[in-house]
Amino acid sequence: MVVPSCKSNVPDATVQSNVEAVMHPGVSVSVKDGVVTLSGTVNSEADKIAAENAVKALDAKKSGVKSINNNIEVAATPAPVVNAEDAALSAGVSDVLKDFPSVSAEVKEGIIYVNGEIEKAKVTRLKQMLDNLKPIKTDMSALKVNN
Amino acid sequence: MSLQDKYSALIAEAQNSGLTDLRIGESDGVLRIQGTAPNADVKNKLWAIYDSIDPNYLSGDVVMDVDVAGAVAGAKVKVVTESSNLNIRKGPGTDQPIVGKAAKGEIITLISQANDQWWLVRTDDGEEGYCYAQYLSPVQ
Repeated sequence: MVVPSCKSNVPDATVQSNVEAVMHPGVSVSVKDGVVTLSGTVNSEADKIAAENAVKALDAKKSGVKSINNNIEVAATPAPVVNAEDAALSAGVSDVLKDFPSVSAEVKEGIIYVNGEIEKAKVTRLKQMLDNLKPIKTDMSALKVNN
Repeated sequence: MSLQDKYSALIAEAQNSGLTDLRIGESDGVLRIQGTAPNADVKNKLWAIYDSIDPNYLSGDVVMDVDVAGAVAGAKVKVVTESSNLNIRKGPGTDQPIVGKAAKGEIITLISQANDQWWLVRTDDGEEGYCYAQYLSPVQ
């Protein structure tokens, strides 16, 4: 017994319009024999999944979608910046410490090692200013904090 | 416990507070958070959460550099020193001569950002020079 193939009567161009109508900006749609391919770049994995779900939500008989290839790429978010150059970091640390006379620090291989002592009320400000230099690490484990 | 787990409350707050240019990553055993907060309250809240997880930042396993939006040419900025006047210098560095001072609480004008740490400013009296940016807060 021959089972007739499920050939869609919806032309590819129409399938494409149907899909584009529900598609995210930044996503390109191409269609061949009812097979929909999604491509392009979005900002998150969630957006990539949502794009596919939007197509799945269409009534296949009306839209003509037979299957979906999801080739959408998720944009890599830029990595945080790190300044690991000791000379520049030391100069920056020197400027910060002008306002914290009881604090001293040494820079080695991108890590700021903080020493001396400080009032608790000023600790956050010191850490903010040192982190602003974007070192590999701000090590305040040897700093004495007075309440 | 991974850094992402230890600081999950901080990461969640950073992701849900409307920060722009948010970058979160981990390298060399340190969690890095960078971005621009819409206002000073958001930035302060992030630091309060960080301090609650790692009091006095003793572990040193986070580097957080969040600035406050509004630092554009012509913007008004407020001097937020602890108690003293803020030096206005001829060039961007503490080795540069002092050419003026701005009082704590004074509102001055940002001319341009020389770099992350030093901004060129002008007071209402017309004194012009460089101030350490960490002591200037954009007026919303």
